[in-house]
Amino acid sequence: MTAPLLRMKGIVKIFPGVRALDGVDLEVLPGEVHCLLGQNGAGKSTLIKTLAGAHTPEEGTIEWQGKEVTLSSPVAAINTGIATMYQELDLIPGLSVAENIWLGHEPSTVGFSKRGSERSTAREMLKRLGHPEIPVNREVGRLSAAGQQIVSMARALSHDAKLIIMDEPSAVLDQDEVENLFRTIRDLSASGVAVVYISHRLEEIREIGDRITVIKDGRTVAVNLPAKTTPTDDVVRLMTGRSVEYAFPPRQTGTPLAERKELLRVEGLTRKGEFNNVSFSVRAGEIVGLAGLVGAGRSEILETIYGARAQDSGTVVFDGKTLRPGNVPAAVKLGMGLAPEERKSQALFLDHPVAHNISAATLKRYSKLGWLDRRRELKDAAEQSTALELRPAGPMRPVRNLSGGNQQKAVVGRWLLKGCRLLLLDEPTRGVDIGARAELYALVRRLADSGVGVLLVSSEVPEVLGLADRVLVIREGHIVREAPATELDEHKVLDLVMAGTLEGALK
Amino acid sequence: MREQLTPRNEDLGAAAGAPVADEHARIERAAAESTAPKSAFARLADSSAGRNSGLVLALVVICAIGLITKGDTFATTDNVWTILRLAAVGGVISVGMTFVIIAGGIDLSVGAIVALASVWATTTGTQDIGTFGIIFTSIVVATACGVINGVLIAYGKVVAFIATLAGLATYRGLAENLSDRKTQSIDTPSGFLDFFGAEPGGIPVLVIMFAVVAVLGWLLLNRTTFGRRTFAIGGNPEAARLAGINVKRQTVMLYALLGFLCGIATIMILARTSAGTSTHGNLYELDAIAAVVIGGTLLSGGRGTIVGTVFGVLIFQTLNNIFTLNNLTTSTQAVAKGLIIVAAVLLQQRVAKTSRS
Ligand SMILES: Nc1ncnc2c1ncn2[C@@H]1O[C@H](COP(=O)(O)OP(=O)(O)OP(=O)(O)O)[C@@H](O)[C@H]1O
Ligand SMILES: [Mg+2]
Repeated sequence: MTAPLLRMKGIVKIFPGVRALDGVDLEVLPGEVHCLLGQNGAGKSTLIKTLAGAHTPEEGTIEWQGKEVTLSSPVAAINTGIATMYQELDLIPGLSVAENIWLGHEPSTVGFSKRGSERSTAREMLKRLGHPEIPVNREVGRLSAAGQQIVSMARALSHDAKLIIMDEPSAVLDQDEVENLFRTIRDLSASGVAVVYISHRLEEIREIGDRITVIKDGRTVAVNLPAKTTPTDDVVRLMTGRSVEYAFPPRQTGTPLAERKELLRVEGLTRKGEFNNVSFSVRAGEIVGLAGLVGAGRSEILETIYGARAQDSGTVVFDGKTLRPGNVPAAVKLGMGLAPEERKSQALFLDHPVAHNISAATLKRYSKLGWLDRRRELKDAAEQSTALELRPAGPMRPVRNLSGGNQQKAVVGRWLLKGCRLLLLDEPTRGVDIGARAELYALVRRLADSGVGVLLVSSEVPEVLGLADRVLVIREGHIVREAPATELDEHKVLDLVMAGTLEGALK
Repeated sequence: MREQLTPRNEDLGAAAGAPVADEHARIERAAAESTAPKSAFARLADSSAGRNSGLVLALVVICAIGLITKGDTFATTDNVWTILRLAAVGGVISVGMTFVIIAGGIDLSVGAIVALASVWATTTGTQDIGTFGIIFTSIVVATACGVINGVLIAYGKVVAFIATLAGLATYRGLAENLSDRKTQSIDTPSGFLDFFGAEPGGIPVLVIMFAVVAVLGWLLLNRTTFGRRTFAIGGNPEAARLAGINVKRQTVMLYALLGFLCGIATIMILARTSAGTSTHGNLYELDAIAAVVIGGTLLSGGRGTIVGTVFGVLIFQTLNNIFTLNNLTTSTQAVAKGLIIVAAVLLQQRVAKTSRS
């Protein structure tokens, strides 16, 4: 057997009040794809941050190629040969793509950065990642989340590392791009670079992974399982300590949908350059899914319905009333809620407590003449976070200290607490673990059964097909297909979705 | 104000070559803020006295300096009331400024608002109506100025700094026009000066007013939806908007609140000087912003306290007092003040950090 590239033993990391890591082991072989599995808050990101030199562990040893090392800083880790793509994108929005890729190790002669070679190598790397269309001079802040993820990956590649850590890189990518990502990973392994891969999607682990390490509550519960053959049930039980019903909840059977009241009607909605002439409706108690590629205009449609963007033409009629374009408070007053796509920039108050984040849209309920009933607010917020398995439970913890998946639960929790009549969910399960995902699906279905209309955007086609009653397939800002979810399957949807890119490429 | 400099999506600013120590400090700090099991000590350190211990320390040091240099005059009851009376006017404005800054805004026009309101409230026409006329005019004029600022910022989408900079010029210019640059003394034999100049139980009415404003301000910020929304729009304006908070209306209300408090401050300054003039309130904006920042409120918004601001105001006014007692020239005073602002903020950060970790 080959000697391991990396061996971590008994790693302990303590945050005040939380033992985030409580004795974790990890062993990575050269050239392998090692998957790290665990529930939200299990400690995956914390573990890889100790490996990246961003956290200093309280206890434990790290061996690199057989020698014990201390990774005291990110620079030390990079010099050792470890590059990291963090879960939360860590790019500087105001700098260009090329500048971000080379940040901290700019090619230079006597202190002058060689901008020309910086750009040309950046361009080359993006091409290797299958994205030659990303302009290297563009400000990173103006790229989509997926585009930023690609840049982040190019940055990791630019270090010529022996080990690349990827913390949920696929969360913001659609299936097409995940394929690109996997191709890159395979290239890397072929050239002997090891990858530590984190994802909550088991199918990905199956496809790309070699071995699995499972973490639960800051402890390693299983090491070096074969990624391809370990039964799903076993993996899930190791992660959650129980078996999880990960089927989708059954669809409504009562009143046929066609006889229900129409809640939302969108007519000829257009925003130039984003989407064109979009018309559809959502009935009370119905879950309508929007499938499509990242960048197809799904989020934009949702935000326009909600009033966060104003349409160029077309109307949004909610419960018989035509909404004024670009007026969020009015939409909220009528009973709409939007859990947006980008949790950090669009939804969370990072330094404020979890409870205040969850109650942010529901303040009216807790106010008597402007006075806040803080006890009731706290109680309801705590209940909501329990329902979503948000951990750790303390409602007064700043959201910033939560793991990514748990932050996502706070975003969704805000609108579940509010009790909307029409819920717009944009990638609600991004970064959420298997167990909590099942819980969330059940919750959404229960809401629908109680008469709430739901409009769901997700890049995971199985999620749209499994949860929605009716599916709209969006391609390049147009609805190309509308059908009951039962009449579609993953292949059909993907074909519809991809056809656009083929046409686009031929144009 | 180091926090300000860290990038927004900073969760891991520590990648490739970003400052490491900083990242660690941040994580440590953030971690420490989470709800660790609370011992009695931790609760003390968490109470506002504990959180503001840096400010308490700064105030103590400054008082010590006062005692050493001018012990005989500094430590008298009379002098303490003088300090508080002087602190009261700027203090009322600083409370309002705290709201605006927590919401991520700024207002440079507060001094000019005071000037305009003071002049308007002391025209012969207004004085003829009597005490009520003076009070009413002060409040209405100042609040209206605040509303104008707010509307420009929220609906006109003018950056707060620029909108209120324009306000600074315009309002003071109007005040000069209106008064012809003359001092307008209050000479109607009204009860105005009697009432606001009174000292029931030895406590000046002005000081009582400041105390009331501070307490109400604290309640408004920490116990009402208005306060919660203020934190929200300062913490993440886009998230606040998408959460259905009416950010524009809230913004207008915040600047109106600050305008209203400028009105109160105008009444106080009229009572203290018994005259209105276009030079009233000169540089109040800087004093107020300095007091708020010394008090630990983040200039970038989202975080701040009224208690800190009150300390900031007291620190500032005590300093002024010591300078005056020691007959320093105004230029020396200015230099000393600048240095002390920096020192106070540094000290405050240092202590806040150690008391937390
Ligand atoms: N800076 C911090 N301060 C306090 N607690 C923290 C901090 N960072 C992480 N934690 C806690 O450590 C635990 C592990 O978090 P971590 O981010 O490693 O989880 P994760 O496995 O990556 O989860 P996810 O799948 O949701 O990304 C969580 O309970 C989290 O709340
Ligand atoms: Mg994570």
